[in-house]
Amino acid sequence: MKIKLLILLSFISTMAFAQTHENPFYSNGKIYVVVTVISIIFTGIVVYLITLDRRLKKTEKELKDKP
Amino acid sequence: MINSNWWKYLGAVLVLYSIIGGLLFVNPNNLLFLDETVRNLNFHVPMWFTMIALLFISVVNSMKYLKTFDLKYDIIASKCAAVAVLFGLMGLATGSVWARFSWGSWWTADAKLNGAAIGELLYLAYLILRNSIDEPSKKARLSSVYSIFAFPLFLVFAWIYPKMITNSMHPGSGDTVGFNQYPLNNNLRMTFYPAVIGWICMGWWMSTLLIRNEFLRLNKQKNEN
Repeated sequence: MKIKLLILLSFISTMAFAQTHENPFYSNGKIYVVVTVISIIFTGIVVYLITLDRRLKKTEKELKDKP
Repeated sequence: MINSNWWKYLGAVLVLYSIIGGLLFVNPNNLLFLDETVRNLNFHVPMWFTMIALLFISVVNSMKYLKTFDLKYDIIASKCAAVAVLFGLMGLATGSVWARFSWGSWWTADAKLNGAAIGELLYLAYLILRNSIDEPSKKARLSSVYSIFAFPLFLVFAWIYPKMITNSMHPGSGDTVGFNQYPLNNNLRMTFYPAVIGWICMGWWMSTLLIRNEFLRLNKQKNEN
């Protein structure tokens, strides 16, 4: 829960910092689409790492309890 | 550290922040001739910082192995080196793309580029050397000794030598000063340092997954015997 809040807060703070340029790459605001897409991909990779981590922890516990 | 979780989330949040901030914050207008590609500083450079950090952990554990002959240190050393090589390859690939659009070529015979490539090969050789020896303690001993020679050589090839020569196009090498020598818009620093810390946490996290998996495999073998 805390993590979700942190991620949300980081999003909000970034939005507050972001300014639009005269540069055409930014002026129409479409850079946000790219940022969102990359963020989704990165978040997906992190979620995958977390599930891997949990699975390992489960096996570690099983091995510890066995002998 | 290996059993706690907070630093994993810290790493993920910092990297996510650096992606968002690195792309959206206002950055110095046309530093050198880089235009908006200066934002790559937040993504390309942390790859190398992470590689060096992981290689440092690796060589420390190689030394520990030679002191104690406990195989667990050899596992930590080798898995850190494997993830470090991955980060190095990503550093080479991202650098190559950046070079194409700032220097006009995918690869130039620059001391920094060739040095980094040689360093990368040094550690590829380390991984191949390990895989070619079957007997575990012999494998561990040989690769630990190799690693102790490889780490200083890596630093010399990829970092010290490019700084000593007189001409290089790469920032922070030869006659080209690093970005920190320019009056920067502080937004670049605001995302760069978190990106470095975040990626080092991510790299160590990825290494621990491999290390724990290898520990499990060893335990299973022990239980079976």
